[in-house]
Amino acid sequence: MSAVIDTHAGEHHHGPAKGITRWLFTTNHKDIGTMYLVFSFAMFLFGGSMAMVIRAELFQPGLQIVDPEFFNQMTTMHGLIMVFGAVMPAFVGLANWMLPMMVGAPDMALPRMNNWSFWLLPCAFLILASTLFMSGGAPNFGWTFYAPLSTTYGPPSTTFFIFAVHIMGISSIMGAINVIATILNLRAPGMTLMKMPLFVWTWLITAFLLIAVMPVLAGVVTMMLMDINFGTSFFDASGGGDPVLFQHVFWFFGHPEVYIMILPAFGAVSHIIPAFSRKPLFGYASMVYAVGAIALLSFVVWAHHMFTVGIPIAGQLFFMYATMLIAVPTGVKVFNWVATMFRGALTFEAPMLFAVAFVILFTIGGFSGLMLAIAPADFQYHDTYFVVAHFHYVLVPGAIFGIFASAYFWLPKWTGHMYDETLAKTHFWLSFIGMNLAFFPMHFLGLAGMPRRIPDYALQFADFNMVSSIGAFMFGATQLLFLLIVVKCIRGGEQAPAKPWEGAEGLEWTLPSPPPYHSFQTPPEVK
Amino acid sequence: MGVHAMRAGVLAGGLLLPAWSMADWTLNMTPGVTGTSNEIFSLHMTILWICVAIGVVVFGVMFWSILAHRKSEGHKPAHFHENTAVEVAWTIIPFVILVIMAIPATATLVDMYDTEESDIDIKITGYQWKWRYDYINDDFGFFSNMATSQDEIYNRAAKSEHYLLDVDNPLVIPVGKKVRFLVTANDVIHSWWVPAFGVKKDAIPGFINETWTRVDEPGIYRGQCTELCGRDHGFMPVVVKAVPQAEYDAWVQDQLAAAELERQLTEKEWTLEELLERGERVYATACAACHQANGAGIPPTFPALKGNPVVTEDLPAHLDIVVNGVSGTAMQAFGPQLSEADLAAVITYERNAWGNNTGEMITPKQVFDYKNQQ
Amino acid sequence: MATDHTYTHEKYAYQKYYVPEQSKWPIIATVGLGLTLFGVASIMVNSSQGESTGGSWLLFLVGSLIMAYMLFGWFGNVIRESRAGLYSPQMDRSFRWGMSWFIFSEVMFFAAFFGALFYARVFAVPWLGGEGDRGSSNLLWEGFQATWPLINTPDPVAYPPAKEVIGPWGLPLVNTILLVTSSLTVTIAHHALKAGHRGKLKFWLAATIALALGFVVVQAYEYVHAYKDLNLTLESGIYGTTFFMLTGFHGAHVILGTLMLIIMLVRVMKGHFTAEQHFGFEAASWYWHFVDVVWLMLFTFVYIL
Ligand code: HEA
Ligand code: HEA
Ligand code: HEC
Ligand code: CUA
Ligand SMILES: [Cu+2]
Repeated sequence: MSAVIDTHAGEHHHGPAKGITRWLFTTNHKDIGTMYLVFSFAMFLFGGSMAMVIRAELFQPGLQIVDPEFFNQMTTMHGLIMVFGAVMPAFVGLANWMLPMMVGAPDMALPRMNNWSFWLLPCAFLILASTLFMSGGAPNFGWTFYAPLSTTYGPPSTTFFIFAVHIMGISSIMGAINVIATILNLRAPGMTLMKMPLFVWTWLITAFLLIAVMPVLAGVVTMMLMDINFGTSFFDASGGGDPVLFQHVFWFFGHPEVYIMILPAFGAVSHIIPAFSRKPLFGYASMVYAVGAIALLSFVVWAHHMFTVGIPIAGQLFFMYATMLIAVPTGVKVFNWVATMFRGALTFEAPMLFAVAFVILFTIGGFSGLMLAIAPADFQYHDTYFVVAHFHYVLVPGAIFGIFASAYFWLPKWTGHMYDETLAKTHFWLSFIGMNLAFFPMHFLGLAGMPRRIPDYALQFADFNMVSSIGAFMFGATQLLFLLIVVKCIRGGEQAPAKPWEGAEGLEWTLPSPPPYHSFQTPPEVK
Repeated sequence: MGVHAMRAGVLAGGLLLPAWSMADWTLNMTPGVTGTSNEIFSLHMTILWICVAIGVVVFGVMFWSILAHRKSEGHKPAHFHENTAVEVAWTIIPFVILVIMAIPATATLVDMYDTEESDIDIKITGYQWKWRYDYINDDFGFFSNMATSQDEIYNRAAKSEHYLLDVDNPLVIPVGKKVRFLVTANDVIHSWWVPAFGVKKDAIPGFINETWTRVDEPGIYRGQCTELCGRDHGFMPVVVKAVPQAEYDAWVQDQLAAAELERQLTEKEWTLEELLERGERVYATACAACHQANGAGIPPTFPALKGNPVVTEDLPAHLDIVVNGVSGTAMQAFGPQLSEADLAAVITYERNAWGNNTGEMITPKQVFDYKNQQ
Repeated sequence: MATDHTYTHEKYAYQKYYVPEQSKWPIIATVGLGLTLFGVASIMVNSSQGESTGGSWLLFLVGSLIMAYMLFGWFGNVIRESRAGLYSPQMDRSFRWGMSWFIFSEVMFFAAFFGALFYARVFAVPWLGGEGDRGSSNLLWEGFQATWPLINTPDPVAYPPAKEVIGPWGLPLVNTILLVTSSLTVTIAHHALKAGHRGKLKFWLAATIALALGFVVVQAYEYVHAYKDLNLTLESGIYGTTFFMLTGFHGAHVILGTLMLIIMLVRVMKGHFTAEQHFGFEAASWYWHFVDVVWLMLFTFVYIL
């Protein structure tokens, strides 16, 4: 069963409204998707600039550019902004653009709420950014905001930070509800669950994760709020609470959160690799089950972030085993991608370059994740740059490359123009080299014993830090090129056909490029 | 192609370098000097090599396709998909590999958790931003502050060999003995780490975590606090001196004697000059991290003491704040941390430094009486 | 563009799916929520630093007014559209999915607080009292006895102990009965609505609201009693903390649910809803059942055990 579109009779509904109200009042999934993507890129630059401050300070031993206090604020805000401002909204933006087109729907299921989900984000980040100018400075306790550093010892702005997190949470939950309702209720006739494109599947599961864990994050920041302002003792041993309780609740959110940041990328890559291999995805069903398995396991591994806090050994072992198990379904995905490429007819346009780099570098990040999962070894790795290397490998060439790959893949569809392939390839290669230069040496630093979240370091870490900083500057500067490519593509370029990629499949390619304002006015039928 | 080359380079770099790990810039984890750290190191190397091997296979297939199955080489796409046998195999085999990794990991972990039958118990307490070591069996204890000077940190002086990794009073332990650590914290969470021992344990305020080590080789081992604990998290190193038993026993005697001397200082008659001189030193190690060497603080978090009415006028409040701290803020209770002599000295110093020329002094005896009347 | 009739296709009946035109409500809601929360945060921060909170209250007030305006406007809009017959059964399903997942998110929110309660009881408090894996913490809190309900905190100066806690078999039992009954009455009302018995519907819905208000009053009385007579407060350690946070958030949800039910009653009075189409009513009743289930969990784990 599906739908045809209906709008208020008498109003002009054939195209977007004019002026600023188009964006403020819009209920259109494409407009909202665009706003999400633009916002996310702005946040990427903002959070990235903070990473540049971090890398500049760490360029050499000694304190030269910023005060340690400000350094901590940079680390914290960098982590928060990248996670909540850059990666998550980028995926929601992709979902907004693509889901209705992929399932054959006119729009998202709850269009007004969709608009609200978006506009809450700038509101939340405005509040978060304003803490930088408050007395006592911005949050300085790491993006994981462990109590009691963030409660009893936090700056006054912590209360504002808490409400900003609340608003982000509301935004994410509503966004996720919208995604689920769209997928479950607006699929074209004939599109059974097991015929859904993988991007849709991964987003369905991501949305489930979001609804399950964002409220827990809201819960833990509420506990902080109460401890700070109303004398409760959740995280204070002298009242019978426990600082470690904070970590349990936080990581119950936090670990599924990292999969929220990667699953949609898995989905997108599962479209891109078959398209440029001109060969169907090797194992559709096992891909779906693998994502499901990863999502379920992600609820029972949280304490692998807490191996050193002193949990009883039975717990330690349980969380170690459960964490290690995640390698199995993730492996299934990696093997599937490789098997899809095997004996295909491969070409390497920008989306494919990013997708292949994604598979390789994400896997390296996954390997270091597996090493971290070995509890005794984590006693050495924990809170060192080895961890920083791990998560940047899964996040930068993982999440971020996944987003770049998707953006190049779908840009012709969105804008109706082909992007500049030469520039895009340049963007890829500079990013690839810069990113590896920046983050690979961090493995060595961590193993050699450099703790994370420090503004200054002992002399034996000097050389690799300098290499890392150079790589980071290179990677950062390269991202301005991406901005240029996208702007160029929006403003003109070779006309894109409905299906610009030879091997691509899916309903979105049956629509013209750019697609009509309301995607499918009459639902297509899927055989 | 390029992906291939780059990747191979990076991977090869990552793999071969551990072999040179003894060069100045260390690349790999230290094997360390304890049984635990050795076990961890071998676990680490095992997993690393397994991952490398898997990587070689997976990326090998992938690069083969990238090189051989290109459209530009005229390769025609196959259309196969789904193959139950293959899919079962690539689920089972990784699982088996994981089990193989889990077995030694479990054994090591069980070993690390065995804190029974220790020879010496030491309580380690994390403070913003220093460590305190209490020898429970012998009833003495001391603080361990970073010894690197601000000049080195701010690039006004050449950096010494153990830049940021040097302390005034290292922890001293005997070799060959099982030393149990009871780790806790006074304010926020810290984490006590000595890589060479394979020991890292979070110090949680209000709770005690137990861990242990047995060091076989005498030497000086360095580590750092590894849990973000505020502004000077990067500046609270851990230094442990492992010494032969005889040397250790002698050191313990010295410590006990020094503690006795310290107690006698309270009784001594002090002059303003003596107090100021001592106070300046105490201030530099205990207070300057927050209130800054020039007394200007970092408002609004850390108040200025220069020209502060508490410091220039209200002596009882001054004494109270320093001895009892201000609960719920970073201002700790220094009463239990510093000797009466040090407390008196630092208060006297604050009341006379940076233009706070009150000319007042407070003696260790007065502090002693104040502490006792509470 | 679609008109009001239903399309037919070989196999599928297409329904119109209403995609609203532009709407000003979301952005108003954003401004309202942003101002309200910014206001609340500045009230807290300024008052803790002893600064004046006048401006903050103003922000908060303006924000809340905007929120109220938005709620009336937005819901009014939805109700008008619904009554104009713009919503198809498929649209209805979207609302259903939306409401179910929203309730699921609320479940997870409560789960976090229940988790905190279980953790404190099972792990933290016994450890502090010297039992279990991390029992050496008793070195730090010599003399502290682990009990549950925790009356004496490890540091009675910072967290002054309560005299006593609230037993389950008095007012809490009354409240349990009130809520369970109200869950029943709302179901009766729902059946009446489906059967087209408007009179019965009004009666049982009103009865539900009365029971709900009864609950709120009893709960408020219990709070006053706890603060005034028992010295059981938010500040009396982890027991008071979890007690008030769990019952408090539940209470807030009861109040919200009651408001929903009241609005439903008003709409029923105005003649809204048909036997077939009444999702607004159902959503409110789902919510009410959810609040009821949470209470049963509370009654079991906070009061009885
Ligand atoms: C996108 C984000 C993302 C992803 C996908 C992952 C994936 C994984 N992570 Fe990571 N992780 C983070 C983001 C992510 N992580 C972040 C942000 C932190 C730090 C948070 C903070 O403290 O600030 C972190 C920290 C972190 C820790 C804590 C470290 C510490 O603080 O001491 C651990 C420990 O177990 C861990 C483990 C893993 C594991 C086992 C996976 C697995 O999912 C990986 C699985 C993948 C593979 C294993 C590769 C492919 C598989 C095969 C080719 C099959 C065959 C392989 C074998 C049999 C070995 N991660
Ligand atoms: C998706 C998440 C994400 C992404 C994309 C990144 C991207 C980057 N991260 Fe991030 N990082 C985190 C998530 C992420 N990080 C998290 C969660 C933490 C932990 C925080 C914590 O400890 O609490 C962290 C911590 C972290 C640290 C450790 C800090 C510490 O422990 O003190 C470092 C250090 O090098 C670092 C570096 C970088 C760099 C160089 C990039 C680069 O990829 C950024 C590149 C982007 C740009 C640079 C912006 C674009 C360019 C411009 C705006 C033009 C200006 C540029 C120039 C002038 C060169 N990050
Ligand atoms: C870890 C940080 C830190 C250290 C170390 C520290 N202080 Fe403080 N100090 C503070 C903070 C924070 C306050 C403000 C407390 C408040 O909010 O009232 C403070 C307040 C004070 C005050 C009262 C000032 C006023 O305006 O009320 C005095 C006096 C003082 N400290 C003296 C000292 C002395 C003496 C030492 C060392 C022996 C010291 N401090 C070490 C953080 C520190
Ligand atoms: Cu102490 Cu970090
Ligand atoms: Cu994790």
